Amino acid sequence: MTEMTDNIVHLDHLKFAWPGADTLVLDIPEFAMGRAERVFLKGPSGSGKTTLLSIIAAVLSPQSGSVVVDGVSLGDLRSGQKDQFRVDRIGLVFQQFNLLPFLSVRDNITLPCQFSKRRRAVALNAGRSLDDEVDRLLSAMHLKPSEVQHKRVTDLSVGQQQRVAVARALIGRPALVIADEPTSALDSDTRQAFIDLLFAEVNAAGSALLFVSHDASLAGVFDRCMDLSDINEAATSSSLQGDWL
Amino acid sequence: MIGIAWKSIRNRWPTALLAVLAISMSVALILTVEKVRRDARDSFTQTVSGTDLIVGARSGAIQLLLYSVFRIGNATNNVSWESIEEIRRRPAVDWLIPLSLGDSHAGFRVLGTNEDYFTHYRYGKKQPLQLDGGEIFTDVFDAVIGSQVAKELGYVIGQSIVVAHGTGSVALVAHERQPFKVSGILRPTGTPVDRAIHVSLQGIEAMHVDWKNGASVKGEGTDADTIRAMELQPDAVTAALVGLKSRSMVFREQRAINTYRAEPLLAVLPGVALQELWGLVSVAEKALLIVSVCVVVAGLVNLISVLLAGLNERRREMAVLRSAGARPIHVFLLLCIESSVLTAGGILLGLLLHYGLVGAGSVYMQNKFGVSIGITLPDSTDLKILVAIAVAGVVAGTLPALQAYRNSLTDGLSQRL
Repeated sequence: MTEMTDNIVHLDHLKFAWPGADTLVLDIPEFAMGRAERVFLKGPSGSGKTTLLSIIAAVLSPQSGSVVVDGVSLGDLRSGQKDQFRVDRIGLVFQQFNLLPFLSVRDNITLPCQFSKRRRAVALNAGRSLDDEVDRLLSAMHLKPSEVQHKRVTDLSVGQQQRVAVARALIGRPALVIADEPTSALDSDTRQAFIDLLFAEVNAAGSALLFVSHDASLAGVFDRCMDLSDINEAATSSSLQGDWL
Repeated sequence: MIGIAWKSIRNRWPTALLAVLAISMSVALILTVEKVRRDARDSFTQTVSGTDLIVGARSGAIQLLLYSVFRIGNATNNVSWESIEEIRRRPAVDWLIPLSLGDSHAGFRVLGTNEDYFTHYRYGKKQPLQLDGGEIFTDVFDAVIGSQVAKELGYVIGQSIVVAHGTGSVALVAHERQPFKVSGILRPTGTPVDRAIHVSLQGIEAMHVDWKNGASVKGEGTDADTIRAMELQPDAVTAALVGLKSRSMVFREQRAINTYRAEPLLAVLPGVALQELWGLVSVAEKALLIVSVCVVVAGLVNLISVLLAGLNERRREMAVLRSAGARPIHVFLLLCIESSVLTAGGILLGLLLHYGLVGAGSVYMQNKFGVSIGITLPDSTDLKILVAIAVAGVVAGTLPALQAYRNSLTDGLSQRL
């Protein structure tokens, strides 16, 4: 079910409600995102931002409508295929707690390569070795590889942890990077610097970026900024269920 | 996956260590119980190594074995000296050790016997008795004491001792007129020999020279030199240990003694009598084994609970793993590998602990209970036990793994706190 389009994400008549709930959380007639496009999605808490991301990341399935990500129609995938699809094509960055405390920085970054041959191959292609690629990504994230690579992730500052998380999301150059409020745990000084690094690397990897935040002040540098309530016809801002953080 | 599992365990080493300890203790316990059980049997068997037949008055095989060799209980009847002589003269008989029991000193049994006891009696791996000091009795009133007797009563060579009639620890009637002198002390053997006072058969008779109908005759009594001059010959002994020239004749000789016409006698093979004894004590052994198995189960339950309790705080970790591409099956495997590693660690540590226990306890057991325990490689039974525990550990590990699998299915990538 591969459709060759210029869109990395294409939603068509998507409808989603939580099991057992009557009201729709999402009702999106159409939404599209171009390849390598950087989209800022804003909206108040509980507006269904995270639910939308879950659907695009093939974690949740909509009741109706089609979701096509990187040419793959998610409705056609079995759950095992969804897991593989996700690790192959999507890099994820969350608000916080992105890293496994018992793994080193290096092991955390290479984690997706353990589960995705595709990303491992790409990462190996990019550098001479996986270690090389980790070094490059760390440097690009303004982290000194020699200083942080063997540190416990719990010894890093939150800002450093988020940059490591970006490095992990980008290793093996997934087609789409989804960032769910990645800056909300950062203070305003490091926030802009973080966005700049994220942008530079997303550009270098040629990935599309879907960035979700309620902080509209960051929206300026994105290709497109949109409010979820503009595309979502199910105005359920009162519902808080959608948050999976 | 194995690398991740290992690092995850290392990160949680305090709880992991507890789980490993619980398993290792159960492993050590069950192995040690097994070993003590087996070695106690071996040790009992070795107490009479080299003896082909035990002869006594007709009673039960276990009873005869217990009172003659292990000094537990009393004989119901004696064997006449004529019968003993007759058996000694049989062509198949190599040697015969007469045993005369019935008197005691400070709670230790007095054993009347002859020099053959020190020449032919074997214990353990066919080891002969050895003197720690002094010499074997030459005089009627000489006594050779076991190492435990010497140690507990603080006796030295030359010490004068009074033997009491009967075998209770509180002497009702003492043979005060005929005191004995310690002539030799035996080296520790780890058998009932250590707790015996050995005197000659003539010595036993000498004690009872002035005895008529089970009571001491009034008056001065016979003095020691007069007794020495007397031709003392026992009328009867309690039992006898018999060694044959060839083991192949043992059944023929046993039948001959059992069908002896002049007196109702019983001859038993020590090994066969022991088997009967084991049949008797196997109930207690089974109980002990059941307790050990319960401890193993407790160890495994602990493993499950440690892993299960950890799952809730690890939900976030699992979500991170999932967001980095791990599938639910990977989460399942991760937990399975962790429990396997913990079980394996527990078994290894348990083996070490077991050997430590055996090493430290063998000396104590030898001295205290006369049970000799050696350090040996795990035998096939031990290996079966270990494999069973390993399998049980891995199976037990699938429970928390299944729970983690279900969690990761319902949680998806969400990070619940």
